[in-house]
Amino acid sequence: MAGTTLVTARERALAVLGGDPDDATLRRYLHGIPGVDAVGLEQRAAALGTRSIKTSSKAWALDKIISLIDLTTLEGADTPGKVRSLVAKAMNPDPSDPSTPRVAAVCVYGDMVPYAVEALGAAHGDPDDGAISVAAVATAFPSGRSSLEIKLADTAEAVAAGADEIDMVIDRGAFLAGRYGLVFDQIAAVKEACRRPDGTSASLKVILETGELVTYDNVRRASWLSILAGGDFIKTSTGKVQPAATLPVTLLMLEVVRDWHRLTGHRVGVKPAGGIRSSKDAIKYLVTVAETVGEEWLVPHLFRFGASSLLNDVLLQRQKLATGHYSGADYVTID
Amino acid sequence: MSFLEYAPAPESRAILSLRDSYGLFIDGEFVAGRGTPFQTISPSSEERIAEIADANEQDVADAVAAARRAYDRVWSRMSGRDRGKYLFRIARLVQERARELAVAESLDNGKPIKESRDVDVPLVAAWFFYYAGWADKLDHAGLGADPRALGVAAQVIPWNFPLLMLAWKIAPALAAGNTVVLKPAETTPLTALLFAEILQQADLPPGVVNIVTGAGDTGAALVAHPDVDKVAFTGSTAVGRAIAKQIAGTHKKATLELGGKAANIVFDDAPVDQAIEGIVNGIFFNQGHVCCAGSRLLVQESIHDEVVDRLKSRLSTLRLGDPLDKNTDIGAINSREQLERIRTLSDIGEAEGAERWSVPCEMPENGFWFAPTIFTGVETSHRIAREEVFGPVLSVLSFRTPQEAIAKANNTPYGLSAGIWSDKGSRILAVADQLRAGVIWANTFNRFDPASPFGGFKESGYGREGGRHGLGAYLAPAAIGGRTAAPRAIERTDASAEASVAATKPKARARRAAAAKKGAAK
Amino acid sequence: MSRLAVPKTYKLFIGGAFPRSESGRTYEVVKADGAFLANAAKASRKDARDAIVAARGAVAGWAGATAYNRGQVLYRVAEVLEGRRAQFVAEIEDAEGVSRAVAGAQVDEAIDRWVWYAGWADKFAQVAGNANPVAGPYFNISVPEPTGVVAIVAPQDSSLVGLVSAIAPALVAGNSVVVVASERFPLSAISLAEVLATSDVPKGVVNVLTGSPAEIAPWLASHADVNALDLVGAGDLDWIELEFQAADTLKRVLRPEQGPDAAAPSLERIRAFTETKTVWHTKSLR
Repeated sequence: MAGTTLVTARERALAVLGGDPDDATLRRYLHGIPGVDAVGLEQRAAALGTRSIKTSSKAWALDKIISLIDLTTLEGADTPGKVRSLVAKAMNPDPSDPSTPRVAAVCVYGDMVPYAVEALGAAHGDPDDGAISVAAVATAFPSGRSSLEIKLADTAEAVAAGADEIDMVIDRGAFLAGRYGLVFDQIAAVKEACRRPDGTSASLKVILETGELVTYDNVRRASWLSILAGGDFIKTSTGKVQPAATLPVTLLMLEVVRDWHRLTGHRVGVKPAGGIRSSKDAIKYLVTVAETVGEEWLVPHLFRFGASSLLNDVLLQRQKLATGHYSGADYVTID
Repeated sequence: MSFLEYAPAPESRAILSLRDSYGLFIDGEFVAGRGTPFQTISPSSEERIAEIADANEQDVADAVAAARRAYDRVWSRMSGRDRGKYLFRIARLVQERARELAVAESLDNGKPIKESRDVDVPLVAAWFFYYAGWADKLDHAGLGADPRALGVAAQVIPWNFPLLMLAWKIAPALAAGNTVVLKPAETTPLTALLFAEILQQADLPPGVVNIVTGAGDTGAALVAHPDVDKVAFTGSTAVGRAIAKQIAGTHKKATLELGGKAANIVFDDAPVDQAIEGIVNGIFFNQGHVCCAGSRLLVQESIHDEVVDRLKSRLSTLRLGDPLDKNTDIGAINSREQLERIRTLSDIGEAEGAERWSVPCEMPENGFWFAPTIFTGVETSHRIAREEVFGPVLSVLSFRTPQEAIAKANNTPYGLSAGIWSDKGSRILAVADQLRAGVIWANTFNRFDPASPFGGFKESGYGREGGRHGLGAYLAPAAIGGRTAAPRAIERTDASAEASVAATKPKARARRAAAAKKGAAK
Repeated sequence: MSRLAVPKTYKLFIGGAFPRSESGRTYEVVKADGAFLANAAKASRKDARDAIVAARGAVAGWAGATAYNRGQVLYRVAEVLEGRRAQFVAEIEDAEGVSRAVAGAQVDEAIDRWVWYAGWADKFAQVAGNANPVAGPYFNISVPEPTGVVAIVAPQDSSLVGLVSAIAPALVAGNSVVVVASERFPLSAISLAEVLATSDVPKGVVNVLTGSPAEIAPWLASHADVNALDLVGAGDLDWIELEFQAADTLKRVLRPEQGPDAAAPSLERIRAFTETKTVWHTKSLR
């Protein structure tokens, strides 16, 4: 999957903003977007969560969830062996059932990218074509507290090592201080750092860390800001801050993506990450995507789950549907 | 396949064990009615559910007599504490049998199971819980010390929220110490009869609640019965007016909860996604069979087109069909008669020049169905902007300034509810101040709670249901001249309004009662 | 040496002015012993209509005034009443044929009731309204609001105290009033109108009609722009017909009261002409 080029992203931003993306212009724009009523948003999300997905729809949903997972390990204790194990699971999630789809990507720290690429071998590629991408978190993940130079080096190194997707974090401190221009510039610079020598570019997911932005108005503004600056995906969370992904926050981000598409005709992806552990929860997200932006968004280049334990729950549910009886933890692999 | 065409997820009907026929519930027992029994059908399939007894005037008299006996001998002598305990029992039994009641309600009424399951039935239990706690605290109801119950309450309820309206009526009446004769709507008697079984399980003393089923005549006979002290009615303004005439010159007190044509006002700074949800919930909740439905959308002209566009795309995701499917958003229209009314008014809307748009959706073959519909280009003079459609039909009008929005919102003989959508607190409060409506939802719509009074201004009726105010509607002050009286006010003698009524012109009363009855027969 | 008195012409009180009846009609008001007292204006249906128009026009301003301000204005009425106590006592002595002491007691009671009600203006909402603890993230509050235009048939057996007892509670909450005075004792009503006209009560908030309640009341009861009907003094009329007519537009109706204690001061009388408005608003930190 190819990210949009920086030039078109910037041109689009200038056209939408009607001026340079400095603090004042961005502030005028972002604060001019309609507000969010938290109670109404949460009620809508809860209502979407009551959809009852059964039988054939459920079977479809479970496979779809697997194919949209960024199977993730982001631990200080990660080792090449752990990453190889993760990749093996990504390629063959349920050894007892070869019809099980592969996940979309594995998501690791930048220094683990070479091991992931190596382990994937021929399976490495675009998930829209049934292959598996390598996603790397970058930009001083998860806090984002370092100089721009280090963030860019972090990014460039991961891309050079073969990362197809970069999951960057925004500078939440700058955002909360109202320095929207700085956040914009950093995203744009990281986007530039995603370029490969051949002119192609790694896809950029922009992590808002919604648990630190706290308010829905902030999430909405940060979503617009990230899209304007050229993000190919907006992502809720690092998984290191609570709350991580929630259904209302994801719904809100999907609404932004929908409105952006209406405005520009350009599609941006959404990735809820962290805290989605059960099939039941994940199905709620699928419903929310389908009923907010449409079913066509349920493809790997437009929607992902950032998750690790979710996969096994989906596999258990899948086995239940196939066999008609409940499965157990020992019948799925731990990695 | 399309994921959005979710596979069927029907709620099981196995939980219901219905009888083939139901009698009237009088004096704690099911008894045969003297009228000709009728069938209750499922509006989504037109299949027969059960046979229902029809109460004639004599049956109504029996029920009122039972209620009077229970009032005199048991209920008015019971402590508030014990009355409350009965209500708590009822609340718990409703919770225990919640799923069964929800299935029965959706079957009989046609509303989506997700609404009967998540809204109607939980609120029914909440209503009994709330008023249970009031039963031994009547001194704090706002009428001074030692308020008294009114006596026998005649309660006539509509078909749009059959069990919920029953709870709104019965819970405060019993908490205040009244006994009840309740008449459910002709097309939706089922859950009231299941509720009668709950009363038996609760061991409620016989006669405290009596349920008489039937059509308009049954209701008119109940309201007209001379031994009734209080009339509580929810339904159309036309019938409410007839009831007000019927009880003119009597001692009867009334609470009338009638029609509405609520304005849902969307300002250009509204939280737009939530406003869209509020508009949808405002008019398409319960197929628009809601007296407080936000049937007039007033949108600030600067965002009119955007809001209408967003609304149309949102409506396209609504799922119309089997009320018992857990994913159904829009169920069946309650009756053929109501469907005809909705069709007629919609055709008039089109003829008047408004632009009609309906969600393209497949209609089931049997049953009564109407696709969610929006009229744009509606002017205040159009009939669809003035008359209550009581269906899934939204009229969209525009305004330019807050003053104009208020003027248009208030330009109706109704005054039940209104909605305001804006991010600006001062504007919301000022608009709320000036709207002539009994319930105002700001940045939300169609919220109900037993603690929150509900009821209208103007021709939307009078009296409140819910909250402390709803309790007061079933009580009278101990005596004027009590602790709220001014200094040196003379002690009240025997000349109460009620005493004076009896002496007045019985002939004229009979003549007018006859005229009113004609009106009430609908 | 006796001085020749200058008698007053008693007229109607509509929209802050004192017009004669548009019909040109008057009727004789007599003393208890039958002697001529004055000619009072005999209001017509058109006068009733004009009064309702004036009352409707006054609702927004009066209802929109702060409760504190309404309380002050109403208290001012009591002050001016007190200042003209002697005039009212004399009028009542004449009209009702009672002793000075009895007439004085009636005026005192009227003033005291007025003061009692005036004090409620900025407290009633606190007693009749409340916050509602709903099960959800909402600020929810219920407040009483004025019903609008209240038409009143004043108690017929007293000059002043009945009239005051009927008008004052309707005014407290911010309603405007069209009142049909006692047919037999109308003069104090017009004198009260003079008090109201000089007491900062906005024009049209109170409109006083004299004449035949039997003739005027049906026009008030059936008028679509009247929101509420107080039949406290209509016991001798065909009041059932009036209640019946009022039902056409679902007017709030208070039924007749009779005896010396009719319209006794109570919170219920204020509440009867209010509508409970409940406002919900979402609340969230997010």
